[in-house]
Order: sequence, then C-alpha cells, then structure tokens
Amino acid sequence: MNRVQTEDFDISTEIAALTKGRSDIGAVVTFSGLVRDVTLTLEHYAGMTERELTKIEAEANTRWKLQAVTIIHRIGTLNPGDNIVLVITASTHRKDAFEAAEFLMDYLKTRAPFWKREGDTWVEAKASDDDAAERWK
Amino acid sequence: MKLLYFASLRQKIGLPEEDVTPPDSVRDVADLIDWLMTRGPEYAAAFENKITIRAAIDQEHAKLDAPLGHPREVAFFPPVTGG
Repeated sequence: MNRVQTEDFDISTEIAALTKGRSDIGAVVTFSGLVRDVTLTLEHYAGMTERELTKIEAEANTRWKLQAVTIIHRIGTLNPGDNIVLVITASTHRKDAFEAAEFLMDYLKTRAPFWKREGDTWVEAKASDDDAAERWK
Repeated sequence: MKLLYFASLRQKIGLPEEDVTPPDSVRDVADLIDWLMTRGPEYAAAFENKITIRAAIDQEHAKLDAPLGHPREVAFFPPVTGG
C-alpha cells in the first residue's frame, strides 16, 4: 500500500492497520524520515509517483518474503521535526523486514519523483543515495 | 505530445506543461531535448547540462536514448530528492 499526502501520519495507527486481524506476522520494521534543520517544500509528479512506489513495493516482494508493506510520503511545506516519509515492512522473521525496509528507502530516494525545495533553492541529489541504491543491483 | 516539466526545469522554462508537435526527425529522448533547446533561450538554459536531465515517457523512467514512440506525455526533471 502506498499513499502520497499533505497531512501527517501516525506510526502506531499505520502499524495497527497493517497487522490487524493477522497472525502470520512475526516482525514489523518501521523507518520514518524527519525534516532536519530547515523548512522544506516538496513537490511530486502525481501519477508517476504512485506508479513508481507500487513498482518499488513489487520489487521488494520479489526479493524478500513480506507479509505487508506500507509506504507513505508527504508533500507540501514541512518544518524541521515534521515527518516526511514512512516505510513499514512486515514479515514472518525479522531479516526480511529489516532488509526490505532499507531497500525500499534506497529505491524510493533514487526513483520516486519527488523534489525538495529549500526557500527558492532546489535541493541537489546526493551521489551517496545513488551508491546506496546501486548495491541492491 | 504533452510535455511536463518539474522542479528546477519548470522554473527555468517557466511552464509546468505544454503541448508540442516535434518534427519526424525527433526519435528519442535526446532528439527531443535537442529540438526543445532550439525553441528559446529559456529552453537552452534548462537543458544545458544534458547529463543531469531525467526523463519519463508515459510516467516510466526513460534514458536519453529511449525511443519516443507515440507517447501521451513526456516529463523532464532533475534527479529526484524525495525521502
């Protein structure tokens, strides 16, 4: 499941939604990204973003045994300390959930069409993010 | 075809989207960029550093040598910075 939204998300609520009524999940890993230092404005390519997130999620499902995945990304203006992104992976055992969460973030950061702006200045992409995604090839 | 521009490219070109009819000689993404660059100084400036331009054909990532075919939309943008 993936969502792009302006409003905040609640991690406990999202975990509960993922695990509700299920007895096959033994591990839940969450990654949440927060805004650091400065106010950011995020824009995205509506339509392509959802397609990319769905593809990234499908790719994770081919590589690891996952019971469920949630990806939520916020857009609009966000202040320091605000949530920006949430990835939740659920699996039978922890290894799949841990690795898949890291993979999802690495791929999201290099493939999902979001762009951050700080005031009038667009944030530059980092080579370290490309390197992080590259190691899953 | 419909073209969409995002982030710094949209700012440099001054438009979020437009409809264009490129000549038949425009076959791949690189051709389309070269043709767009002839349309005015704002396009020339936006596409100046071709290696940093990312493209998508019908909402799928596409390399510079990807054939255009007959797309509904082609998007141009800088490397993504989400997450």
